[in-house]
Amino acid sequence: MSAFAHVPTGSGQSASPPPAARPGRYRFLPYLLLLPGAAWLFLFFAVPLLQLAAASLYDPEGSLSTGYTLTWAFGNYPAALQQYWPQFSRSFLYAGIALVLALLMGYPLAYAIAQKAGRWKNLLLVCVVAPMFTSFLVRTLAWKTILSDNGWLVGLLRDVHLLGPDGRLLATPVAVVLGLTYNFLPFLVLPLYASLERLDYRLLEASSDLYASPLKTFRRVTLPLSMPGLIAGTLLFFIPATGDYINAELLGTPNQYMIGNVIDSAFLVRLDYPQGAALSFLLMSAILAVVFVYLRRAGTEEVL
Amino acid sequence: MRISRWFAQHWVMGVALLVLGYLFLPIAVVAALSFNRPSSRLSYDFNEFTLDNWRNPCATSEMCDAVLRSVQIGFLATVAATLLGTLMAFALVRHRFRGRSGLNVLIFLPMATPELVMGTSLLALFVSGGVPLGFWTIVIAHIMFCVSFVVVTVKARLAGMDRRLEEAAMDLYASEWQTFRRITLPLVLPGIVAAALLAFSLSFDDFIITNFNSGTTVTFPMYVWGAAQRGIPPQVNVIGTAMFGIALLLVLASTLRGRRARRAAVPVTAPKQRAASRS
Repeated sequence: MSAFAHVPTGSGQSASPPPAARPGRYRFLPYLLLLPGAAWLFLFFAVPLLQLAAASLYDPEGSLSTGYTLTWAFGNYPAALQQYWPQFSRSFLYAGIALVLALLMGYPLAYAIAQKAGRWKNLLLVCVVAPMFTSFLVRTLAWKTILSDNGWLVGLLRDVHLLGPDGRLLATPVAVVLGLTYNFLPFLVLPLYASLERLDYRLLEASSDLYASPLKTFRRVTLPLSMPGLIAGTLLFFIPATGDYINAELLGTPNQYMIGNVIDSAFLVRLDYPQGAALSFLLMSAILAVVFVYLRRAGTEEVL
Repeated sequence: MRISRWFAQHWVMGVALLVLGYLFLPIAVVAALSFNRPSSRLSYDFNEFTLDNWRNPCATSEMCDAVLRSVQIGFLATVAATLLGTLMAFALVRHRFRGRSGLNVLIFLPMATPELVMGTSLLALFVSGGVPLGFWTIVIAHIMFCVSFVVVTVKARLAGMDRRLEEAAMDLYASEWQTFRRITLPLVLPGIVAAALLAFSLSFDDFIITNFNSGTTVTFPMYVWGAAQRGIPPQVNVIGTAMFGIALLLVLASTLRGRRARRAAVPVTAPKQRAASRS
């Protein structure tokens, strides 16, 4: 990604709409180009969602071996929500706290790379992406080592009395939130960087020439201008973080389980498809509600 | 006074470097543990330095099988997703057609949908259709979630391309096919390569969707997940470190190549563009 950040894009007609359909044999060309990809997405993205919707309304008394019947059992939804409300709300709580932490860390990072790094810009950008090259699970297991009870971090925190003599980090909400923050931070930083990189430094100078304090310059100039990147980054962080269950499983205990853990076990352990499907849909609609509130402030194309 | 001014100018960079340290901390731990001889199977702490893990990465043959399977799946998914996605990107940037906004939504939604929901919905489809879960269901799923990222990446490259270069080729009597082969394709290729690399890394590292659609097939992330309960062999950290190193080399190589290509291109580009590439 970063490798191409600096390639001049030329003065092409990027903003102009594509030319009108050419006559004759080219009329069907766009449809031919689109057909395989669109068909794939339709068959394996859209159709499965319909199947999932159907599964969420199956008779809850059925089972995988006896077969399910579609009984329009809308009661599956309130039942699932009632039973797993703690995990459901915990997902949004953990992802929300992680998002705030990630913003506190990610904004200065993106700003420094975009505006202060000079010729080190590309290198620092590679450094943001590089940790993602190691497998997600391997990284998370490394956190298990760092946070472990006899690790140096816990020892240090005990010595300065931030943790009690037998206080711990692993298997606590702190560990899960830390893991979420860590694993999705680059998704927040990259779009934010793209926005801040386009920020004209002269606007900041103009603002301070007009006697705005640094804080006011940030609030009135930098922040509004970086809004598209901020919104895109927030979504790219929040969506996977809410649906994640790897961090809760590896760094937490069942007391920290998020909705993903419940859905995973509904489909793969308890084989309760109607409940798992209902919970999946609840998760998706809750997330989509958040997304649409955001998209009202920035067009779809801009987020892309 | 001078100290406080220095601080005011540099604190952002200081915070940024701290955050980068946070990002690299686990990587350092993975690299260190790849040289560790663990005291017991369930221990995650550093015990004793050894080169054995690197000398003998396939001590657990299950793990190497899983890595190999992940590479196969990643390769198939990358080739298919890159092809489908590139065709779609060309249609979106170069052609006018009905249903554009609907298509944009179909491309955007997989990136905005939690992986968990994509995984469970595909599982619901495969189970109700009686499709046996395994290698090929994983490939199908991976192609699905990689396509959108390919479209977005190639589209960005295509949209930034100077149309006049193609027009010039046509003016010089190149046929449409020649123009495509000699002008368009070479110019878009970096975008396609970037998209393919992105697709491969997404596929290779995917756990959540794979977990729902793999049946008994074990990919590398699936292996690590299973092993996390029984005790992780230290060779897992060798693979993690090696992946990191390989990817870093690829990125550095492409940056260097891009820089050299740009330097070589400077004499023939317009002065305005030269200034843009230097900034």
